[in-house]
Amino acid sequence: MQVYADNAATTQMSAVALEAMLPYFNKIYGNPSSLHSVGQEAKEALEDARARVAKCLGCEPREIIFTSGGSEADNQAIRSAAYYGARKNKKHIISTAFEHHAVLHTLEKLEKEGFEVTLLDVSQGHNITAQQVKDAIRADTCLVTTMYANNEIGSVLPIGEIGAVCKEAGVPFHTDAVQAAGHLQIDVKAQNIDMLSLSGHKFHGPKGVGALYVRRGIPLVNVIEGGAQERGKRAGTENIPAIMGMAAALEDACGHLQENMAKVTAMRERLIEGLSQIPHCALNGDRENRLPNNVSFCFEGIEGESLLLLLDMKGVCASSGSACTSGSLDPSHVLLAIGRVHDVAHGSLRLSLSEYNTPEEVEHILTVVPEVVAYLRSISPVWRDLQTGKRQYIL
Amino acid sequence: MALYSEVVMDHFMHPRNVGIIEDADGVGEVCNAKCGDIMKIYLKIENDIIVDVKFETFGCGSAIASSSMATEMIKGKSISEAMALTNKAVAEALDGLPAHKLHCSVLAEEAIKNALKDYYDRNGIPYDKSMFPDCEHCAHCE
Repeated sequence: MQVYADNAATTQMSAVALEAMLPYFNKIYGNPSSLHSVGQEAKEALEDARARVAKCLGCEPREIIFTSGGSEADNQAIRSAAYYGARKNKKHIISTAFEHHAVLHTLEKLEKEGFEVTLLDVSQGHNITAQQVKDAIRADTCLVTTMYANNEIGSVLPIGEIGAVCKEAGVPFHTDAVQAAGHLQIDVKAQNIDMLSLSGHKFHGPKGVGALYVRRGIPLVNVIEGGAQERGKRAGTENIPAIMGMAAALEDACGHLQENMAKVTAMRERLIEGLSQIPHCALNGDRENRLPNNVSFCFEGIEGESLLLLLDMKGVCASSGSACTSGSLDPSHVLLAIGRVHDVAHGSLRLSLSEYNTPEEVEHILTVVPEVVAYLRSISPVWRDLQTGKRQYIL
Repeated sequence: MALYSEVVMDHFMHPRNVGIIEDADGVGEVCNAKCGDIMKIYLKIENDIIVDVKFETFGCGSAIASSSMATEMIKGKSISEAMALTNKAVAEALDGLPAHKLHCSVLAEEAIKNALKDYYDRNGIPYDKSMFPDCEHCAHCE
């Protein structure tokens, strides 16, 4: 049995998305910028996709810009708000300590350009509160950017409340909703979201395509200069097949949102309940406000990469925030930000589900994870020291 | 392409010499302060020959495979042969390690050297300190 439980990394593309894409490779292949009928046919499809994506988010079609993915959308949203703020001498940005690198590294660049960044602490409840945002807002704050839901530990942030705080203070609010779009109910107007990033391949759409919602009236700066595509805000011939696939996948996900949430949440709860039986472990992330598909644990005394390799051998594809899997020798900044010490962060496991998983697969995971954890502990000098009292248990 | 060579995967999946030696003659524990991997080597030594060796490792696949391979390479060998074992030889025997995993083979070499140093210390045998790794800085080994 092979169980794919790494849906926060990427998802299997749906038949719906694939079907939606195929005609646009060789049948409706025109360039939407072309004046002739072949081009205009593609243009119509593009605008139809834009309208459908907009409908899923509760915005107008003209507020959607198609990008190459979530990272590009994050880069453009953040840079746009920053440079717009700088024109009014506002150079302070608020974010959180557990953002995706697409956000954190963009903010680091902006710091080098003279912006000041406040990263909100996420160690309390593995989440932030709208009050933290409110307290951090200053007269010179030009942007609040917080993720909608965390990709590693599944915490869902109080987006509506943060939106209300930002609206009251008159500060633009961007959210990286890459893990949330297609999985949680989003209404950008009701939630007072000014900008939102999403990525096609996180909800059974294709890779290499994403979207940025930008509320009307918010000026954008280009990340990619060139032609006048996307109302001049994102140059380059539109990737029509991918855009059509993403629109179909998002529509499908939003059309089955409640049903998928119920199914995936039930499997998540079974996994959390079962894995919690393993001694000296801890659940990462907000227990209540949590992505339906996220299960994240730290197991004391073991290391995550060897855990992943052995799980893979037993047919379970998962991921870890261990230093050994990062390629950088440092464990996940998310796990450190929520207060996990280095040794504990080393032994992390993330299982991320989708509606394609089955209860039988969940039971398989529940059989193999405890076996593999027990085996790795049996060969771990750290575990021996914990058991003999030479080291104190942290979890 | 797989992350690791077949030899690495074999030693990771079926590690040789796992465990502890209760009445070891030398024990060495080293860690990588940066990534956090920890390796512990137990030696049983008779007439200058390593008659038995066991290891425990807290770390990634290549750390476990490096420990397994390194213990195989010194088992039945003399102390001087074990002292001559380099991380390069361990990595080569494993049919190579990815560049960012070479430090795992360093850990194996250092763990063996530390176990031999412990053997010298216990038996009052003089040695050249510069031949051994300095693990003093590592908080894990206190």
